[in-house]
Amino acid sequence: MAVLIDKNSKILIQGFTGKMGTFHAEEMIKYGSNIVGGVTPGKGGQKHLNRPVFNTVKDAVKSTGADASILFVPPAFAADSAMEAADAGIKTCVAIVDGIPSHDMIRIKRYMKRYTKNTKMTLVGPNCAGIISPGKSMLGIMPGHIYKEGRVGIISRSGTLGYEAAQQLKNLNIGVSTSVGIGGDPINGSSFRDIIEKFETDGETDVILMIGEIGGPQEVAAGEFVKENMKKPVIAYIAGLTAPKGRVMGHAGAIVSAYGESAIEKVEILKECGIIISKNPSVMGDTVKLVLDKM
Amino acid sequence: MDIHEYQAKKILSDFGVKIPRGGIVYSPENAENKAREIGGSKWVVKAQIHSGARGKAGGIILCNTPLEVAQATDKLLGKKLVTNQTGPEGKIVNRIYIEEATDIEKELYLGLVFDRNSESIMVVASTEGGMSVEEISKEKPETIIRSKIEVAVGMQAFQARELAFGLGIEPDLIRMASETIINCYKVFSELDATMVEINPLVISKQKEILALDCKMSFDNNAMFRRSEISELRDKSQEDPKEIYASDRGLNYVSLDGNIGNIINGAGLAMASMDMIKLAGGSPANFLDVGGGATPEKIVKAFKLITMDKKVEVILVNIFAGINRCDWVAEGIIQALKKIEIKVPLVIRLAGTNVEKGNKILKESKLNYIEAHTLEDAANKAVNAIKKK
Repeated sequence: MAVLIDKNSKILIQGFTGKMGTFHAEEMIKYGSNIVGGVTPGKGGQKHLNRPVFNTVKDAVKSTGADASILFVPPAFAADSAMEAADAGIKTCVAIVDGIPSHDMIRIKRYMKRYTKNTKMTLVGPNCAGIISPGKSMLGIMPGHIYKEGRVGIISRSGTLGYEAAQQLKNLNIGVSTSVGIGGDPINGSSFRDIIEKFETDGETDVILMIGEIGGPQEVAAGEFVKENMKKPVIAYIAGLTAPKGRVMGHAGAIVSAYGESAIEKVEILKECGIIISKNPSVMGDTVKLVLDKM
Repeated sequence: MDIHEYQAKKILSDFGVKIPRGGIVYSPENAENKAREIGGSKWVVKAQIHSGARGKAGGIILCNTPLEVAQATDKLLGKKLVTNQTGPEGKIVNRIYIEEATDIEKELYLGLVFDRNSESIMVVASTEGGMSVEEISKEKPETIIRSKIEVAVGMQAFQARELAFGLGIEPDLIRMASETIINCYKVFSELDATMVEINPLVISKQKEILALDCKMSFDNNAMFRRSEISELRDKSQEDPKEIYASDRGLNYVSLDGNIGNIINGAGLAMASMDMIKLAGGSPANFLDVGGGATPEKIVKAFKLITMDKKVEVILVNIFAGINRCDWVAEGIIQALKKIEIKVPLVIRLAGTNVEKGNKILKESKLNYIEAHTLEDAANKAVNAIKKK
């Protein structure tokens, strides 16, 4: 399979009956995602978009066999929903929402330490566009048609910059195995390293494009992992060359506060780790093509 | 969100951390009375702005009489202080904090931050208080001690004790020092702080442990449950354009260049700015109108950019997903009916229905320059300035 989701993924919408939940559930259904139902506490037993609504994630998993979920709940309740999903046995959960307090994210991550590696849910996001395995399933809010089916794995902190990359690849007739938006927050569910590791063992992925930005240690951590463990080529672009130090650039996590967190420093470190750098955001697709042509 | 020193000290005091006696004043008369009320024989007059390094900028004045306190207050009130953290425009002083002077025996550093690596709360301490933490890590890194706190169980007494002994604090004061450290941790964890820095934390000649200066920042995302903190916001310390933006749901950062940007998504915005720089230009701002780029947001974004007198060309770069380029194009046309643009305008649309979007713009008789890729857009924006 592709990573995280494929044709067989059975998806729940948490916050199903709300405006956002309804809109994006319809988009995902149109794309072909297997939406098996949703959860809205207090509305269990009803039908929505021709699918069952449940009061709890456990009820929903029990009767639908769901293994993936996506959260459309307000920031104040998002941590609770994510932990509920983890506890109900969901394998992959995407949190789209922007605005979860960092203290809540730390709480979620701590809560998830109770599970073993095999039973632990993969949380993707928050503040992200979600996951798409083109032609198979979409667990996110991205425009599905810009992704062509193929063998490039994409990991991006930014949503729209990830779209930009997918479009550049499509224009070059290059497709994507899975694209994962890990989100722009300082504390997130999955890091670059977590997802890169999954791509390395994925039989449907040949190369990985990693789209990072200023702030935080995760690009460098991924670089070190690539150097030690990876056989597949990794291409990276890091946004924020012009970002001033100490300012938050839109994403709560996009702030340079220590050595190794500026775009220039990250690029240097990644190069040393053997990662191929896309010189600017306009040539992400071309850089991937050059690597593919040599393979 | 940042708060003032006096506000941070009030919070510390509420959590049981000792601070010198003091009070906030808004006029010289007020200041003189406050000095008498506090008592003692020496006072410190401290300008309240959202910045460190105030001492070097002349914002902290030691006084020997209540009259001197009044004079120092008079000198500082209404003044713009420029520190190495405020930028050249400085920050205005509207509030003055008067504090009794402390007889200092030893100055220490204590800071609490999120550690994004270990996803825990990190307590950082050093015996070299009074210097900035950047200076300490450059010049005396061997004095820095750290403790990672597991948030699920909170800070333990032994962790605070280890830090206190690590700072070389004498045995009689260890208990007081440990309590101070634990209380600071409680502030951090119970109020959704992202940074609590006490620099210096001092041991006085009277053997008290006091927070002499304090900086605190809080998580904007947590303000929905921290109304008592959000009330402490002082907009006079923020860039007016950034306030305008944040009140309207836009992410905006003012920069030095002359190319105004309107972009959807933080990453794409940073990437577009990178392209501008590579094309030889310089961005006037970072502006993310949000992934959706709704017509309302685009109107607000144009209003904001036209407030900035530095802007000589405007670059709009929208990657439309579910929102579609034709809809975004209509939004831009609507916006420009309401707002007059006197500088060249470069528009790059990409994504869903891009042909339709570009067609709508062309047929609207809008005076603009069409661009297709990120690179093309940046080059055209830079060239538009050269042609002027």
